[in-house]
Amino acid sequence: MATARPAFRCLLGDQEIALDAFDGQQTLLDFLRLNRGLTGTKEGCAEGDCGACTVLLGRSENNQLRYQPVNACIIPLGTVDSTQVLTVEHLADPQPHPVQIEMAKAHGSQCGFCTPGIVMSLAALHYACDTDNFSLDRETLNDALAGNLCRCTGYGPIITAAQQALAQPIPDHCRSLQALGIETLGKWANDDTYLQTKGVANIFAAPTRLAGLTELMRALPQAQLIAGATDVGLWITKQHQRFDHIIYLGQVAELKRIHRTDQEVQIGAAVTLAQSLEVLEDLAPDLGTLLHRFGSRQVRAQATLGGNIANGSPIGDLAPALIALGATLHLLGPNGERTMALEDFFIDYGNQDLATGEIIRMIGVPTQGHEYFHCWKVSKRFDQDISAVCGAFNLQLDNGTITSARIAFGGMAGTVQRARQCENALVGKSADCSALDPGAKALQQDFAPITDARASADYRMHTARGLLERYLRTISGKAPDLLYPASATPVLSAHG
Amino acid sequence: MAETLAQGPGAALAHDSALKHATGEALFIDDIPVPQNTLHLAVGSARAVCGRIESMDLGAVRGAPGVIDVFCANDIPGQNDVSPSGRGDEPVLADTDVRFDGEPVFAVVATSHRAARAAAVLGKVHIASEKPILTVDDALHHQRFISDEQLMQRGDWQDAMRSAPCAVSGTLYCGGQDHFYLEGQVSLAIPQEDGDMLVHCSTQHPSEIQQHLAKVLGKPANAITVEVRRMGGAFGGKESQACQWAALAAVAAQRNACPVKCRLDRDDDMRMTGKRHDFRIDWKVGHDADGRILAVDTTLASRCGCTLDLSDPVNDRAMFHVDNAYFFPTVRIRSQRCFTNTVSNTAFRGFGGPQGMLAGERMIEAVARATGQDPLTVRKRNFYGAKERSLTPYHMPVDDFILDELVTDLEASSHYWQRREAIHAANANNPQVLRGLALTPVKFGISFTASWFNQAGALVHIYRDGSIHLNHGGTEMGQGLFIKVAQVVANALAVPLEQVKITATSTAKVPNTSATAASSGADLNAMAALNAAGTLKRRLSAFAARHFAVDEGQIRFNDSSVHAGDTTLSFAKLVELAYLARVQLSATGFYRTPKIHYNRKTAKGRPFYYFAYGAAVSEVAVDSLTGESRVTAVDILHDAGRSLNPAIDLGQVEGGFIQGMGWLTSEELWWDDAGHLKTHAPSTYKIPTCSDRPRRMDIRLWSRGENTQATIHRSKAVGEPPFMLAISVHQALSDALSSINGYSTVPALDTPATAEALLFAIQAERKQASTTGAGAQS
Repeated sequence: MATARPAFRCLLGDQEIALDAFDGQQTLLDFLRLNRGLTGTKEGCAEGDCGACTVLLGRSENNQLRYQPVNACIIPLGTVDSTQVLTVEHLADPQPHPVQIEMAKAHGSQCGFCTPGIVMSLAALHYACDTDNFSLDRETLNDALAGNLCRCTGYGPIITAAQQALAQPIPDHCRSLQALGIETLGKWANDDTYLQTKGVANIFAAPTRLAGLTELMRALPQAQLIAGATDVGLWITKQHQRFDHIIYLGQVAELKRIHRTDQEVQIGAAVTLAQSLEVLEDLAPDLGTLLHRFGSRQVRAQATLGGNIANGSPIGDLAPALIALGATLHLLGPNGERTMALEDFFIDYGNQDLATGEIIRMIGVPTQGHEYFHCWKVSKRFDQDISAVCGAFNLQLDNGTITSARIAFGGMAGTVQRARQCENALVGKSADCSALDPGAKALQQDFAPITDARASADYRMHTARGLLERYLRTISGKAPDLLYPASATPVLSAHG
Repeated sequence: MAETLAQGPGAALAHDSALKHATGEALFIDDIPVPQNTLHLAVGSARAVCGRIESMDLGAVRGAPGVIDVFCANDIPGQNDVSPSGRGDEPVLADTDVRFDGEPVFAVVATSHRAARAAAVLGKVHIASEKPILTVDDALHHQRFISDEQLMQRGDWQDAMRSAPCAVSGTLYCGGQDHFYLEGQVSLAIPQEDGDMLVHCSTQHPSEIQQHLAKVLGKPANAITVEVRRMGGAFGGKESQACQWAALAAVAAQRNACPVKCRLDRDDDMRMTGKRHDFRIDWKVGHDADGRILAVDTTLASRCGCTLDLSDPVNDRAMFHVDNAYFFPTVRIRSQRCFTNTVSNTAFRGFGGPQGMLAGERMIEAVARATGQDPLTVRKRNFYGAKERSLTPYHMPVDDFILDELVTDLEASSHYWQRREAIHAANANNPQVLRGLALTPVKFGISFTASWFNQAGALVHIYRDGSIHLNHGGTEMGQGLFIKVAQVVANALAVPLEQVKITATSTAKVPNTSATAASSGADLNAMAALNAAGTLKRRLSAFAARHFAVDEGQIRFNDSSVHAGDTTLSFAKLVELAYLARVQLSATGFYRTPKIHYNRKTAKGRPFYYFAYGAAVSEVAVDSLTGESRVTAVDILHDAGRSLNPAIDLGQVEGGFIQGMGWLTSEELWWDDAGHLKTHAPSTYKIPTCSDRPRRMDIRLWSRGENTQATIHRSKAVGEPPFMLAISVHQALSDALSSINGYSTVPALDTPATAEALLFAIQAERKQASTTGAGAQS
């Protein structure tokens, strides 16, 4: 039985930090800059979009210490309890990390404000070279840097610096930090405690068991639940909300499991997008592509599948794909468990079918029946943007005829929604471009999108049709012409 | 003349702070350790777009946790104005009216940044709302202008237009752009003795901040010191825009007798500070059957926002660049500066030039389509030529034109024509993906068009150990100015670069400086620093000649040493001897750009000392189902003269191009119908990321580059010109869409060319194709 521990603890570089009292709403960034004087980490946007505040979070995974880049600006300090935090200063002590040296040599910094964040993202990739198998091609680097905006360089010199640095071994002092991290985090893992601050007001709690969580939720019914806090973090930094209490879900063991049965993959609500990437990519390659465009590595390291759904965004990004795949939602509340089709969870804008005291326990995604599944997101920018429209299509075919359909869109209504009229219009048609007109016509009955900063209503409608056309062309054997960074090559690949 | 060191002008050295940036040691203003009693300021606004301030209820603000002080316009001790134009139309805090959403109305001072911000949103400002003017079209309709119309003309353009064999016309809207410097606006004001104020401010223009703060605080300028070591990006956005926040911090510091920091949150920064002007451009071109331009008539109308700010020179520069690289035999350029109830637009890299140039390139494109020729052919046909074809619309002869050679070089190295064929074939094979290609040149005028800004000062000390302290009026925003100037000074005194200490810009060291802007930083400040170093070298030479009893002609500075006839001694030793002999080892330097003059009334003169040139080829692909696009390849050849530092200059070229590409593609400023900016954070405002960088980018500096004017080591300014190389992206996208109608049309593609703009332009082209029966050309 885990016992409550009132003091926050983490390993900051090689230094053990223990805090008896702390503000549960203080961000990791403010802690580093204001309390610890570590000003190398910058604030660029305070919403997790620019990456200037990127630091590394070391967490234990199978006796390894895995470092992931995260946006310190939106992470409540309490959520990094029992982890190791590395900043740009730690990498440079006692001598600069290869990434730091090569960034300087390759002219990878101009104004220098985004540079510490970029260094941290590349250092994370450098650490990952040890355990993961990947090539240092443009795709990997694009993905590693998608969460770091640079306004000066145009990125070319940063790519060069990355290629130079990542070919070099991890320096001794970084190995030592990692070794110390493994030792310390291992020691902490064995003491079976969980963080719960003292007092009656502003409690921050990070239970490690489901039983403990439900007990806390009963005791603190008004507590704000957070997982990755990639959205709730902004309620703090941008909307200046104050919560009475915060309960952090990210340490609850039962919510962090991925379980595969013959019928479905069950993903715990607190599994991060980064952790679910592999299994979902395996399930459907398009889902992997979509996930890679979801936020950035920093966001995916924190954000959870459960949080993405509970949040009820009308865009969702993952929700349309999961609905098209026929995902189910398992909820746990004071009155026990219930299960529902994911699409039924979204009632209306800002209104989800989640009762007081109820949490999402896990998401089940069927492993069969998505031979013809595809999904695409359309946004102003390819990486790290929120969709204007996201369309997900999953038809069942019999001999070229559509026998059933699951089609869902984000960005087309107040919630992520199935396109039921369109689905009905397609059933019975042959699976080729002849189905486009009736399908597209039905889409107009399904949706009446709005105009906002991301796109006009008109564009959303046209693009929904465009995606349907792309889908029908794809399943009728024509390779889709996707202008993705990897696939959009010039007409002459080499000069004559 | 000293021999060129490996670290002198022309050496591709890293930015002086590069490693400090990468290790986090480089201090930005928010990183400076502050005294314990430092307070933090946040800005309160009405969240109304336009109207009279009727009353304010700030009780909840005052009562919020951590709040120490709240103040309004009435509490400003001196003049409540920071207008760079001198018009007096930019209050530090609005007093009677609110003129745009987000206009600062009150300030909150609290014990922490977060407490101040949380309190600032609690203010209730009651506004008697009036109907706002929001867009250029709106302002044109109501005839609301911030400044007088300007005209620039040459020759009888009306007659030439009438008699031209062909004419084409159109309208183009180009969007604005947020600077999105990664470091937001920030100032730290620290009270000194005698009521003086030291202000650390992230600004391109410390002297202007000093002048304004003196007025706002009601003190002489000598009571104010403004200092900046580095900015985390600026791009024009910290020229006039930094002042308001410095003023608020200084007022608060004075009121509370303690240091006060004002750092804008990103959303506040994007709502409250000016941006690049968006334009409506109406144009008409008369031309002959070969595509030679005979007459141009264009009207450039821009959204200036609610104050004058720098809108006059910005719009002037737009007028100066409509011609780009092309000779207009007759021309009229009309400029309308529209008043709108939006944040006042301001300087941004290129300073109006990009918008003007975009218009010029669109005209060329239209002439090419009308005459059935490749746009590159028409571009070259209309290039400035020798004497009779060399006069600009402002009557300045172009006498350093190199684009014939430069474009010929790039045309070959980029395989333009081979790729043109391949594009035709690809479009014929796949109508779903539209591919396009374009080569566009850049000719950009270098100098502040307000001639008096073209001056600079420097201060150089040599200490007794031979180490050198370098200071000048230029500011460092990442563009590598400091390393370039240090290279020049180290070279002049023949010492290693490490011996030259680069120091923060301070109004206490070099007074009355100009903004580091208009690409002029190195041109002006390196010359001033060279002038100071030259003075010191002359003093040392004269002393050495006396001391060693040799001719001054026999004194040579070389490789940290000084040779006086047969005697050789170290630079440091000579300096020590000179000190003992009471030689002054500190010197100021000054520079003013020669030759330039301009009469705004007649729109005639020589506003530019010289022109910087470049050209780019962009290739794009567009998905016609969704309008999504990508730039697939870019080739650039850019003229930096004799580059002072090719590594720094290449960085400016690439960075400028990508920033320009963002302006023309994904960076969309979007207001709702009521006039609230809805794209005020990186979550909604999308600057390019790493994957947007074209897979292939080949960038070269023009190896034969050499400034015909006697600039610093014959180099050329490089900060702004490359930004406009990205116009090739807009032209390539338009080229892709024009393929739908066999290259006979000018697609209605405004900028930014988002997926949405592209899809609608594609649909318009398809509609036309179905009515005219034109098809894709192979």
